[in-house]
Amino acid sequence: MSNSLEVRKALLGEIREAKKSRVVLNLTDVRYIDSSGVASLVEGLKASRESGSRFVLFGLSASAREVLKISRLLKLFEIYDDEGQAMSA
Amino acid sequence: MKSPLNLSRAFLLKLELHSHPKLLCVVRGAMEPLMEMLGFSESECRAIIRAVDEALSNIMRHSYHGRLDQVIDVLCRRVQRRAHAETGQGVEILMFDRGPAIDLAKLHGRPLDEIRPGGLGLHLIRDTMDSVEYTRTGRFNRLRMVKYVRPSKRGPNP
Repeated sequence: MSNSLEVRKALLGEIREAKKSRVVLNLTDVRYIDSSGVASLVEGLKASRESGSRFVLFGLSASAREVLKISRLLKLFEIYDDEGQAMSA
Repeated sequence: MKSPLNLSRAFLLKLELHSHPKLLCVVRGAMEPLMEMLGFSESECRAIIRAVDEALSNIMRHSYHGRLDQVIDVLCRRVQRRAHAETGQGVEILMFDRGPAIDLAKLHGRPLDEIRPGGLGLHLIRDTMDSVEYTRTGRFNRLRMVKYVRPSKRGPNP
């Protein structure tokens, strides 16, 4: 909650302005993610779909995976274990 | 203002914090070793900490409407489920805030089949805790959450 607003702004700005075919989000250093963080990821996913790009995540902690699973959102995202897999997929 | 903490049983932890989101990580840091000490598994610890964090975030957002200097009390104590004397140990987590009374009818998360941001906090709390109760006590909103240790995963309890 304490920094999800900045993350959301940066993420949506990147997706809407850069207009890349793929947006890859490195979550390796994200130890904790709460419902507002999940909300930002969902917004990112929706914005990507609207702009026709893929939205790819990698490096999720056990905690982040659990939150997405409980929220029934895990299967919605394209998730890889590491950067190599995410970039080559 | 009178304290809501006129309660008899001993607490393992009492925190009084301001309603500032930057303090959420402080609470998470305090809760983690406490939940480990009570014998919760690693994933249960993460889930309880998440529930506490979401509950505090809800108070900051909805009860205090983003004001950063309001007071929240957090208390934790051991509880024993009487029907399961051998395996029923757990933790009771109480939170008090001084915001306006909560409209209990509005306390519902969004349906999980809707793919949209927001509305997940309550779901994360209820998914984890064995009991979640909101009550109004005098001028305080009181949230009581209880979680019991799963029998097979019970660890040391010093």
